[in-house]
Amino acid sequence: MTDTARTKRKTSAPKAAKALATTKPSAPKAAVADERKVQYYRDMMLIRRFEERAARGYTQALIGGYCHLNLGEEAAVVGLMTALRETDYLFTNYREHGYAILRGIDPNRVMAELYGRVDGISKGWGGSMHMFDLTHRLLGGYGIVGGQLPLATGAALAIDYRSLDEIVMCTMGDGTANIGAFHESLNIAALWQLPIVYVIINNHLGMGTTVDKASAEPELYKRGASYKMASERVNGLDPILVAEAAARAVATARSGRPFLLEVVTERLRGHSVVDPAKYRSAEETALVKERDPVHTFAAQLLAEGLLDEAALTHIDEEATKRANEAHAFAEASPMPDVSTLFDYTYATPVANDSRRLPGEPLFAPAPRATPEVLP
Amino acid sequence: MSVVTYRQALHDTLRAEMLRDENVFLIGEEIGVFEGSYKITAGLLAEFGERRVRDTPIAEEGFTGAAIGAAMLGLRPVVEIMTINFTLLAIDQIVNHAAKIYGMFGGQAKVPLVIRTPGGGGQQLGATHSQNIELYYAFVPGMKVVAPSTPADAKALLLAAIRDDDPVLFLENLALYNTKGEVPDDDTPAEIGKAAVTREGHDLTLIGYSRMAYVASHVAQELSESDGLDIEVIDLRSLRPLDRETIINSVKKTHAAVVLEDDWLTYGIGAEIAATISDGAFDYLDAPVRRVAMAEVPMPYSKVLESAALPSNDDVRNAIYQTLDAIGRRHHKMGQGHD
Repeated sequence: MTDTARTKRKTSAPKAAKALATTKPSAPKAAVADERKVQYYRDMMLIRRFEERAARGYTQALIGGYCHLNLGEEAAVVGLMTALRETDYLFTNYREHGYAILRGIDPNRVMAELYGRVDGISKGWGGSMHMFDLTHRLLGGYGIVGGQLPLATGAALAIDYRSLDEIVMCTMGDGTANIGAFHESLNIAALWQLPIVYVIINNHLGMGTTVDKASAEPELYKRGASYKMASERVNGLDPILVAEAAARAVATARSGRPFLLEVVTERLRGHSVVDPAKYRSAEETALVKERDPVHTFAAQLLAEGLLDEAALTHIDEEATKRANEAHAFAEASPMPDVSTLFDYTYATPVANDSRRLPGEPLFAPAPRATPEVLP
Repeated sequence: MSVVTYRQALHDTLRAEMLRDENVFLIGEEIGVFEGSYKITAGLLAEFGERRVRDTPIAEEGFTGAAIGAAMLGLRPVVEIMTINFTLLAIDQIVNHAAKIYGMFGGQAKVPLVIRTPGGGGQQLGATHSQNIELYYAFVPGMKVVAPSTPADAKALLLAAIRDDDPVLFLENLALYNTKGEVPDDDTPAEIGKAAVTREGHDLTLIGYSRMAYVASHVAQELSESDGLDIEVIDLRSLRPLDRETIINSVKKTHAAVVLEDDWLTYGIGAEIAATISDGAFDYLDAPVRRVAMAEVPMPYSKVLESAALPSNDDVRNAIYQTLDAIGRRHHKMGQGHD
C-alpha cells in the first residue's frame, strides 16, 4: 500500500470494514455477515459452474472464437462486484462472463451471447469478449488489451461533468499495466480527480509471460504513486478481503478521487479454453489447484460451521442446474437473421451507406447487348 | 449571409453549438489557454470555462478514448487532434473502439463524437507532419469521414457532425484555414454522405475533396476562361459514406474523369473513385480515369522538393489536357473558343 492509500484508509475507511477488523461484531451483525459469506459462496460456485459449462460448450462447437474464463478468479469477481451500486458503471476486459452475471444480467443471456444467438446480451454481435448491457451498466467487455481504460476514464469524466454520485470501476489484467493507455488514463484520472477505480486482476500471467518478465515493478499497485493515486494490493483468493478492499476503493472514488486496486489471484486453467498451459510446471499447477478459491472458501465455511456438507452440495447442485439451464436457453435461442447484418453500422441513418453483400456488384450490371442490336 | 474565413466559420459554429447544447464540450491539446494550434478555439475557454473547454496532457490515445467514453454516456465531445498525423497515436481508440462500439454491442451504445483534425502538406513540416491519412479512417465501417472545402461547408458539415450520433472524423486542412467564402446565417446541417456538384459542365468530371476540391474549382474556372472548357466539378465532402451515385451520374454525362487527391496514389481515395467509375460507368468512358496524387515519398522538408511532391494546379491542368487530347475533345473545344 502506498502512503497515500494508508492515510486514506485511516481517514475514511467505511465503518463496516473497520468493525470487521477491530471489534467483535454483535450477534445480528454477525448473522448478516454470515449470510453475506454464504451468498459469496453461492456466487462463486455459480461462476465456477457457468464457466465450466461454457468450456464444454466450446468443445461442443457451440461457442466460437476466443473464450476466456474466470476460473480461479471467482473470489475476486464476487468481492469486487459487491462494492458497486446498481447505478455505478463497470468496464472490463475480455475475461468477463462472471462479472456480467454478478452485475445481475441473466446467465441465460450471457450464455446466449457466447453461443452467438439473438437473445445474447449483445444480440450475438459481441461474443465472449464483448458482453454489454446498458440496463445493468456493464459498459463492455473489451477485446483489445487496455482499450477499456481510456473509455472508462471518459465515462468517469461524464459523471464528473454532470456532478453525479456514480462511479466507474474498470478491471484489467496484469499485462495491461504495461500498455500506454494505462499510463495515459491513470494520469488523466488523477489530474482531473475523476470518480474511478482501476482494478488490476493480477493472476501472475499474461498469456504465458509472467508479471516478473513483463513489469519492471512487479508490485503493480505501486504504479499509483506515479500519479499520486491511492492504491492497494489485496489477496484475491479471499472474497471477504476483496470485498473490503473494493469498498474502500469505491468509497475513495465516490469522494471524487481515483483509486488503483491490485487483486492478486490465480488463473486455474490456460489463458483461453484452447490453451493447455504447458508453460506451467507440474508443481505450479498443483499449487494453483491447492489454492483454488472456491474449495478454500468452502473449507472455511465448513470450519466456521456456516455450512455443512449437505448445504455445500446443495449450492453446487443449484449452480450446476443454473448453468445447465443457461446452456439449454442459449441452445434454443435463434441465430440472428442475415437480414439484420446492416442494422448496427450507424446509429444515425446516413445517405449512401453500403449494404452490399460480398458477392453483389456495386452497381447492377448493364443489360447484355442482344444480337439484334449488333451490326 | 456573410463572408468569413474557413477558420472563422469553424470557430463560430463550435461556439454556437456549445451555446445550443450543454452536452457539447471541447477536448484536446492546447485548445484552451493557448487557444488552439490554429486558433480555431480562440476565446472559447474564457467564455465557457475549463469544464467545457478542456486542455489535455499530450496523450492522444488517452483523451480521445476518454471522449469516446464520455460520448457513450451521452455527452457530445468535440475532440481536436492537432494534425491528422497525431491521430495515429489514437488509432486504436478511433478504429477499434469509436467505430466498433455501436455495432459490437448490438446497437446498445451510441458514440456521438467528432474528431476535428487538419490534414495538410505544403507547410515545410517534413515527413511526419505532412501526411494525408484520412483514408485510414474512411476505410472503416462505423466511422463517418467528412471533408469540407469551403467556409459554408465547414459550418454545415460541422453542424451535421456534432448532431450526428456516430463518430465523425472531421477533416480540416491547413491551407484552407485562411480561405474566405460566403456562409449562410441559418443553421442547416449538411447531409453527411452526399457529394456536391459545385460546377456543372459537359467536357470532363473533375473530382476532389478538401484542399483538392478547392483546387478543382479554381482550375475549372481558369480553363473555362483560357480554353473555353466546360468542366464539371464534384466536391466529395464525405469520404465515408461515399456518394458513388453523384460520381457515376456525372461521368455518364461527361465520359471522362480526373480525380485529385492530396494523399498517396497507391491504394488511395482516388483508386476507390476510379474503381467506382469502372464499376458504374465503364461503357460511358471515353478515356481511362486519370489520378493526380502526391508523389510516393516521405514528404521532404526542402521547399523545392516538397513542391515537387505535391499536386500543383499545373499538374491538374495537364492531366485534364492529356485526358481530353486522348479522346480528341480539347481541339474541338479550343476551336470553338477561337471562333
